[in-house]
Amino acid sequence: MTLSMRPDFSTIAGWIAPGERILDLGCGDGSLLKHLRESRGATGYGVEIDDGGVLASIGNGVNVIQSDLESGLAGFDDQSFDSVILSQTLQAMHRIESIVAEMLRVGREAIVSFPNFGHWSHRMQVLRGRMPVSPSLPYQWYNTPNVHLCTVADFDAFCAARRFRVDERVVLHDARRVWFLPNLFGSLAIYRFRSP
Amino acid sequence: MNDIATSVGIVTPRKAVFTEPLTLASGATLPSFELMYETYGTLNAERSNAVLVCHALNASHHVAGVHAGESESEGWWDNMVGPGKPVDTRHFFVVGVNNLGSCFGSTGPASINPTTGKPWGADFPIITVEDWVDAQARLADHLGIERFAAVMGGSLGGMQALSWAIRYPERIANSLVIAAAPNLSAQNIAFNEVARAAILTDPEFHEGHFYDFGVKPVRGLRVARMIGHITYISDEQMAEKFGRQLRGGINFSFEPEFQIESYLRYQGEKFSEYYDANTYLRITKALDYYDPAAAFGGNLARALAPAKCRFLVISFTTDWRFSPARAREIVKALVENRRDVSYAEIVAPHGHDAFLLDTPQYHAVVRAYLSRALAP
Repeated sequence: MTLSMRPDFSTIAGWIAPGERILDLGCGDGSLLKHLRESRGATGYGVEIDDGGVLASIGNGVNVIQSDLESGLAGFDDQSFDSVILSQTLQAMHRIESIVAEMLRVGREAIVSFPNFGHWSHRMQVLRGRMPVSPSLPYQWYNTPNVHLCTVADFDAFCAARRFRVDERVVLHDARRVWFLPNLFGSLAIYRFRSP
Repeated sequence: MNDIATSVGIVTPRKAVFTEPLTLASGATLPSFELMYETYGTLNAERSNAVLVCHALNASHHVAGVHAGESESEGWWDNMVGPGKPVDTRHFFVVGVNNLGSCFGSTGPASINPTTGKPWGADFPIITVEDWVDAQARLADHLGIERFAAVMGGSLGGMQALSWAIRYPERIANSLVIAAAPNLSAQNIAFNEVARAAILTDPEFHEGHFYDFGVKPVRGLRVARMIGHITYISDEQMAEKFGRQLRGGINFSFEPEFQIESYLRYQGEKFSEYYDANTYLRITKALDYYDPAAAFGGNLARALAPAKCRFLVISFTTDWRFSPARAREIVKALVENRRDVSYAEIVAPHGHDAFLLDTPQYHAVVRAYLSRALAP
C-alpha cells in the first residue's frame, strides 16, 4: 500500500471545509496535504522529521517543515490552524499527552488516526500468546516503531478523561466503515475532537 | 531526465556600468558604479527562468565554470550550479554578481574615486545588505529581468535572498535562504570585531589609505581570516581533520607545530594575497548591521510581512555560526505570515562550510524545490 492510498485520507478530507488551514504532523511524503490542497483548496504545512519524507514533500510541492514532533510545536502560534492532523503517527510517539495538548493549542480541532489494537485478529494473536502482526500492524515486536498502541475504547477513555469534545469518530476496516462493534471489527480509527 | 552533472565550462565575466546615482542606507550616495557579473544558461523568451545567486563574505560573481587559461579556477558554487546540477543551467538562467564594495571588479574601496582620481580607500561608504540588493536590482534591470524565478544564497548570501523578498516582493518568485540568520548574535559580531581589530591595528593599514603607500595590511588580513575560518568549521570536523596532530614534533617554539596551526596560517596567507582589507571591514559591517526586524521593534514577522514569494530555508546541524535555531526563527516568522515555506535541517558534520559542500540530502532538496519552481 502506498502512502497516497491510505484509507483514512478520504475520511479526513471529508471533514475539511474548503480553504481551511491545515497542519499535518508526521506528513510523510506530503500526499495527504497534496490531496487536501487539490480536493479542498486547503493550505498549510506538513511537519516531518525524516529526510526522505521532507524531500518527497518538497517534490510534491507541499510546504514541509523538518522538525521533531516530540519536541513540541514551538514554531506555531496558538489557534493558528483550523485543523491539526496526526495521521497514523500517534502510536509511534513517546509523549502522547503533550503532543495532543500541543495540537489543541495550535489548532481549533485535532484529527487523529491510529491502528486499532482491539481488532479481533490482534486479540486472537495475543490470546495465542504472540504479539499481533497484521496489515494494520505490519511489524514484529522487535522492529516495530509503535510504542503506544491503543484500542478504540482506550482512546474514547483518553478523550473522556480530558473532557475533549469528540465531534466525529469513524472506525474502518478494509477502507469500509465499521458500525457494529467497531472496537472488535475495526482496524483503523479516526477521531476529530476539540478542547472542552 | 538524464542528470549527469557537468560544468558550465569556460565563462567570461562581464561588467555593467550604472550612471544613475545609488543612495545608500548610510545616507551616502554613489554617483555611479560598476558591477562584475557572470551568467550561465539561457534567459527564456518569457524572461521567467532567471536565478540570482548572492555571495557571502569572500566570494564573487564567479559562481560556476572556469576562467580560460586559469587552473583551479572553478566557481565557488560549481557543485551547485551547472548542467544537471541542483540549479540546472539547462533550465535556468543563472546570474552571479560581485557585490558593491567587494574587490573582484565591482566598485569598491580599491576603485578610483572620480572626485579625487585616487583610490577610495577609507572614504568608500559603508554598504548594507539592502544596498547590495538595490544594486542587484539595477543589474536585473540591465539584464531585462523583471522578476527572478529565484534568488538564493548561503550565509550572508542567504540574508540577501531574504532581503530581496522584503524589498522587491513583486520581483522574486522564490527565495532560498541557506545557512543564514535573521541577524547576527553578539557572539557573531564579536568574532567580526576581532577580525576588524586585526586589520585596523595593522601598521600598514594607514587608516584605510594603504593603497597610497603601496602596501597592504596583510598581517591583519591573515589574522582576520584565521579567526573567521575557525567559526566556519565545527568542533567535530576540526577534531576529525586535525585533532592534535603535529607536523613534526614539539619544539618548544612558536613556529606552527600542530596541523591546525599550519592550516590556519595557510588559509590566512592565501586569503591575504587576494583580498582587500577595506572590503573585509565593510562586508563584516554589513553582516553586523543586517537586522530587518530592528525597524519593527524586533518583530521579524512584521519585517517579513511584505514578502510574497515562496521560501526554502535550509540549515545545517553542526553550523554554530548560523545555527538551525536561527533559521527556525525565519521559518516561524514566515509561518506567522502564512507564507509558503519549506524548511530542511541537513545533517552534516562540517559546520557553517556545509553550505558550500555537496551533502546528498542538501543538494536533493534544492534540486527538488527548484524543479517545482519551474512548474507553473
